[in-house]
Amino acid sequence: MSTVPSRARTVIIGSGIVGNSVAYHLARLGWRELVQIDKGPLPNPGGSTGHASNFIYPVDHSREFADITKDSVRQYQELGVFTQSGGYEVARSAERMQELTRRITSAICWDVPAELHTPDQVQEKVPFLDPSVIVGGFWSPTVGVVDSLRAGTLMRERAVELGALTTVANVEVTGIDVERGRVVRVRTDKGDIECETIVIACGVWSPKIARMAGAHIPLTPAVHQMISVGPVPELAAIPGEISFPIVRDMDTFCYERQHGSDMEVGSYAHRPILMRAEEIPSIEQSALSPTELPFTSDDFDPQLEQALELMPAILGNPDVGIRYAINGLLSLTPDGFPVLGESPEVAGLWSAAAVWIKEGPGVGRMIAEWMVEGESEIDGAHSDIARFYPHQTTRHHIVSRTSEAFNKTYGIVHPSEQWASNRDVRLAPMHASEKELGAVFFETAGWERPFWYASNEGLLGEYRDRQDQLMPRSAEWDSRWWSPIINAEHLAMRERAGVFDLSAFNIFDLIGPGALDAVQRVCVQNMDVGVGKVVYTPVLSPRGYFKSDLTVMRLGEKHFRVVTGGAHGNPDRKWFTDNAGPGVGVVDLTSSWTTIGLWGPKARDILGRLTDDDISHKGFGFSSCREVEAAGLRVLASRISYVGELGWELYVPMEAGARLWNAVREAGAGDGLVPCGIGVYGTTGRLEKGYRAYGAELDGERTVVEAGMQRPKVKEVDFIGREAYLRQREEPPASLLCTLTVDDHTSSTGEKRYMLGGEPILTPDGEPLVDGHGHRSYVTSAGSGPSVGKHLLLSYLPPAVAVEGTKLSVQYLGERYPVTVAVAGSTPLFDPENTRIRA
Amino acid sequence: MANVLVCIKRVPGSSGQVLLTGDSMSIDARHVGHTLSPHEECAIEAAVQIAGDTGGAATVLTLGPEGALEQLREALAVGVSSAVHLVTADGGSGDSGDAHGPADVAAAIADVARRREAAGEGFDLILLGNDAADTGDFQVGVRLAYLLARPVVTGARTVAVDGSGPAAVATVIGDGPAGTEEFQLPLPAVVTVKEGEITPRYPSIPGRLKAKKAPVEVIEAPAPVQGTARRALVLPPEHPSTVQILGTDKDTGAAAAAVVDVLHTIGVVTR
Repeated sequence: MSTVPSRARTVIIGSGIVGNSVAYHLARLGWRELVQIDKGPLPNPGGSTGHASNFIYPVDHSREFADITKDSVRQYQELGVFTQSGGYEVARSAERMQELTRRITSAICWDVPAELHTPDQVQEKVPFLDPSVIVGGFWSPTVGVVDSLRAGTLMRERAVELGALTTVANVEVTGIDVERGRVVRVRTDKGDIECETIVIACGVWSPKIARMAGAHIPLTPAVHQMISVGPVPELAAIPGEISFPIVRDMDTFCYERQHGSDMEVGSYAHRPILMRAEEIPSIEQSALSPTELPFTSDDFDPQLEQALELMPAILGNPDVGIRYAINGLLSLTPDGFPVLGESPEVAGLWSAAAVWIKEGPGVGRMIAEWMVEGESEIDGAHSDIARFYPHQTTRHHIVSRTSEAFNKTYGIVHPSEQWASNRDVRLAPMHASEKELGAVFFETAGWERPFWYASNEGLLGEYRDRQDQLMPRSAEWDSRWWSPIINAEHLAMRERAGVFDLSAFNIFDLIGPGALDAVQRVCVQNMDVGVGKVVYTPVLSPRGYFKSDLTVMRLGEKHFRVVTGGAHGNPDRKWFTDNAGPGVGVVDLTSSWTTIGLWGPKARDILGRLTDDDISHKGFGFSSCREVEAAGLRVLASRISYVGELGWELYVPMEAGARLWNAVREAGAGDGLVPCGIGVYGTTGRLEKGYRAYGAELDGERTVVEAGMQRPKVKEVDFIGREAYLRQREEPPASLLCTLTVDDHTSSTGEKRYMLGGEPILTPDGEPLVDGHGHRSYVTSAGSGPSVGKHLLLSYLPPAVAVEGTKLSVQYLGERYPVTVAVAGSTPLFDPENTRIRA
Repeated sequence: MANVLVCIKRVPGSSGQVLLTGDSMSIDARHVGHTLSPHEECAIEAAVQIAGDTGGAATVLTLGPEGALEQLREALAVGVSSAVHLVTADGGSGDSGDAHGPADVAAAIADVARRREAAGEGFDLILLGNDAADTGDFQVGVRLAYLLARPVVTGARTVAVDGSGPAAVATVIGDGPAGTEEFQLPLPAVVTVKEGEITPRYPSIPGRLKAKKAPVEVIEAPAPVQGTARRALVLPPEHPSTVQILGTDKDTGAAAAAVVDVLHTIGVVTR
């Protein structure tokens, strides 16, 4: 009988592609005493890896996915288990053809070869496809298939050769012991293993294992149906596993993939069929394997018809039989991204879950680097397990969102697309008023945030003679999830004043004798400032890349308040907590405080009607904060701005938010104060000022110098990333973040088109620009600059072209448009001297 | 031209560990789904071949809950042209019409056969699986033949029909105590088929789509009279598996020799 070692540095639970890859990379990076267990036998323990269709399409709109996939392919190739086949994504509709054109732009951005083909060109490579059914195809020559089980075996063997790994199969985890918030032991049916860290790489079972430690991995097992038909004479005639390109039939959400003499047809078109991890049968209870469930043919029949339409020559052959058909289980998450990293709930408990074959080895390397070195070469911020808010880990949320997303697996998803399910979870105290004002709500981290207000439609008439500033969009795709009212609100704010609901801010305090040391250690800017100062600061990783950017208020000698974005605030709080050191408590106050922004030339007049306190420029200078009495409330006012105007962030307890909101609106009525949405706050106002956003411009692969955010001096006190930052300041930057303006929006059909972000920046002749990292230049944020009358794009450019006045181009939906570098670095395009903020 | 009826039963799929429903009256198929027994898959194949060879038609019949339509479609997808569904009240999570015993099932099928005969559409040959995969009663075929006063052969490896009209003869080959047995049966007749020699075909995609549209006559199944007399299902005691490691040394080949020994002992290979 096999028993398990009684001690390990790390226990890796799971022997699928992810667990094997994590084990190998941890060993490669020097960790020893690794113990890997799986409840199934090797090499195929019965998880999702065992029945995967094992093909890889390298193009994705997400840079994170594209880079991880690229790294995975490189690893599969190095292991000798990758066979390049090429692949198509075929379109049956004009709308899909536009989407394929958009995929070309992503392919250019992430440096993946791709081109569009006519139906006849597609048929040349896939002779059994009926070209009359399609309108075109996206040709991805580097698509390939892998042997993921073999890859896993090889990776385990390498880790064993390094003397790092013991793998024990047929071991079931029965418990995880946590002491003082940290994992200490894995309990199994073959004995206990004392350990320092645990990696949960259990795919569809991960939520169940995490719950043993009191943590949450928000994913759900879901069915993906697949059949295999054969023997197909046309395929059997050629030796080898794959000789024809894989075809993704995008409009029917199906794929056709040759496997030897068989053709596999898989589908994401059927109804969402979800399970709970606890409901998955054991190996003994399964007909095939725990993740190959009985096929439900009724769900698949419509797809058969569509597959037959596309490939009648081989699928219509009556001698070609359905030889294998399963409801295969895979993992789905509420936002479609994997669940990676150390759990914010239990220290030492790492998740490596909801990962597809195409990402397996790349994720293994990422997790191992993250564990060993504290950060990974490829930034995985979108996949960070710490991103989830409590409601997002509930079964209701997971089921709602995954059910909604399942049929979008091959869907056309707009960059600003909003979820329809499980909305109205986090409501600001002024939500009722916003609804009355006709707010169009977008969701961030569960918060319903007004993006613009229908009540401001009248402004469109007021500004009717300024169409060059309203920049209305005639193309449906450009105007989807957008309104010219955003630009009108922007103009009204710049001329009068705007009031913003900023309740989604993530707010936490650091309190205690160690508070100053903690914020000094984590933040780049000097935090040893007077009480009542507000400091905007980058936060860096050990290697000097962005972890975040945020503001910190010093509220007392031993009391600091951190304010950061709703989307990324939880990982920020984890970072502060992990690095706080002794003598400090980190307290989450997100749900205690609401924030109202009041900005514009009239902001002081308006606030002045609500308070008798001195709010003059002299009495209340920029980047300071203090309590004022206003509208019968004690309000923490902070004089900063993300939109480049005079004004304040006003903090009051959540329950007083509605009162302050109403009071500000009443006080501003005479001055023409308008409620402004996040469209202004997050895009138009921000871009005109060149303000960077974490997750768009700032991430774990860019430096302060590249972002153009370095200050003349670096504080003497040590902080995380300081050494790297000092070095970066001495070196020529690999790239420089620039603001570009679009010179001509006119497409070949005469329509004006407006980029939405994610497009490649090219030379005027259409050649890609490559920066010092080897990355290609692309648009990190795009949007109107109403006050400057230009459509604005932010992009990291190679230093040679990061020169004001340089003429370049941007490719959008298959056409190139001329652009000019308007600003190299962070100088604002609008009000470059910042006179308005300091008014 | 032989009209063939093939009778099938919806049964739970198989797995290493069998689960029972809460009342222990049926098998819980939630992880394994439902299927047909291999005997019945062979009977379907024989029916389709005979219908094809003689220019006749094959009809499939089941007595079972609504879900048994899935199994009728499986038969329709491989060349059976129409179906009869004797629908039973849903038998709970066991979902396999468990209230009907073999006598009830035989009587219900006999009713259908007689009715068809009266309408001038009688079945020349009725095929069944040798025994049901779940209950293993071995009864329905023989009882059905008795009720219809037709000759019956059980345990057929192959079935073929030659000639037509009153001269038509079924040739049935099977295994008996003394060796291979061959029977010549006048039609109409009843034959139960055993897996082994007939190779069932896989459904093609056009076949599957055709099955979707094929006619299914739905009849409410008569209430059980005899029943199954079932009290409860009991699982056999578990036999814990033991692992004997024959060797671990990859280099000397000793482990390989030990494996060959085992294969020889159990008769898989000869020396």
